[in-house]
Amino acid sequence: MLPSPALPREQTPAFWKKGLQAGLPIAIGYMPVAFTFGLLAKAAGLSLFETVGMSIIVFAGASQYIALSMIAAASGAAELILTTFIMNIRHLLMTASLKEQAEDEPKWLKAIYAFFITDETFSVAATSQEKKINGSYLLGLGLVAYSCWVIFSGIGYVMGSGLPESLQASMGIALYAMFIALLVPAAKKSRKVIALAGCAAVLNSLFSFIPVLSGGWGIILSTLIAAVSIEFFVKGDERNE
Amino acid sequence: MNDNLIWVIIGMGIVTYIPRMLPLVLFHTNNLHPRVQGILKNVPFAILGALIFPGVLTISPDSVLYGVIGAAAAFIAAWLNLNVIMVVLTSILVLYGYTFL
Repeated sequence: MLPSPALPREQTPAFWKKGLQAGLPIAIGYMPVAFTFGLLAKAAGLSLFETVGMSIIVFAGASQYIALSMIAAASGAAELILTTFIMNIRHLLMTASLKEQAEDEPKWLKAIYAFFITDETFSVAATSQEKKINGSYLLGLGLVAYSCWVIFSGIGYVMGSGLPESLQASMGIALYAMFIALLVPAAKKSRKVIALAGCAAVLNSLFSFIPVLSGGWGIILSTLIAAVSIEFFVKGDERNE
Repeated sequence: MNDNLIWVIIGMGIVTYIPRMLPLVLFHTNNLHPRVQGILKNVPFAILGALIFPGVLTISPDSVLYGVIGAAAAFIAAWLNLNVIMVVLTSILVLYGYTFL
């Protein structure tokens, strides 16, 4: 691919729109997940305020689900917060990686868009065709995903009954389909990408059988091992970037 | 515990935000070793593999096949260069159809 010339400043709004567009598949994927979260939160005895509040303040799917089951099991506050932390440490890896691609922008802006980094927004941003990722793009992307997450948590709580089962089940594929759609174009162009994803996939599948690693650690470990070992094995691989 | 649940939620928010924010805002890493840069560039693709497997196999509690069909539909759609949103919609439709078989 030819290096794209630096874009003039006036085109910034276009980045914002690109972010919004790129966020749409995430929004579709979040819908059933957030909806179900709302349902389960009600069942776990949370108020609407607490349910939507958790989605507004935390914005992290898996750990919010786990929090519900821990609240239902009357776990302590410290245990809950620690578990959330362990689940979400993996974002360190993502933002450290994103930093390499992020444009040099004021720290306050980075501090704002950092809030919107999830598995999904990171995956979309990091695999986007943009040479450099800027705050405008990330905010557009993050806000679509975030507002969908928050709104559908509330709708799930208020509706209080599930989506039709067949629809609910089939929509469960959405986020995985998105990950696959992000991976395949890169994998077609680079064997290294196939090796990275394959290695991490196999490791994480193995780790899922080890109870201690089944939470956030499995993803962190498998990603790190794959990223490090393949960097060393595939030393001479020229990357077509 | 319900009385202080909102404080617990705020605590959860803080410990979730910190790992998201720290590397972007605090680390001064403009002259990272090329090896480390390479590793960080590898992270997105490795993490995609780990996010897809084994999770996609467990989207239906009673059938691994269900996830396999959905993943295969997504893979084929992506291979045919459909854009992300079409890949997502295709795989949802395929699975929705499959539930009526």
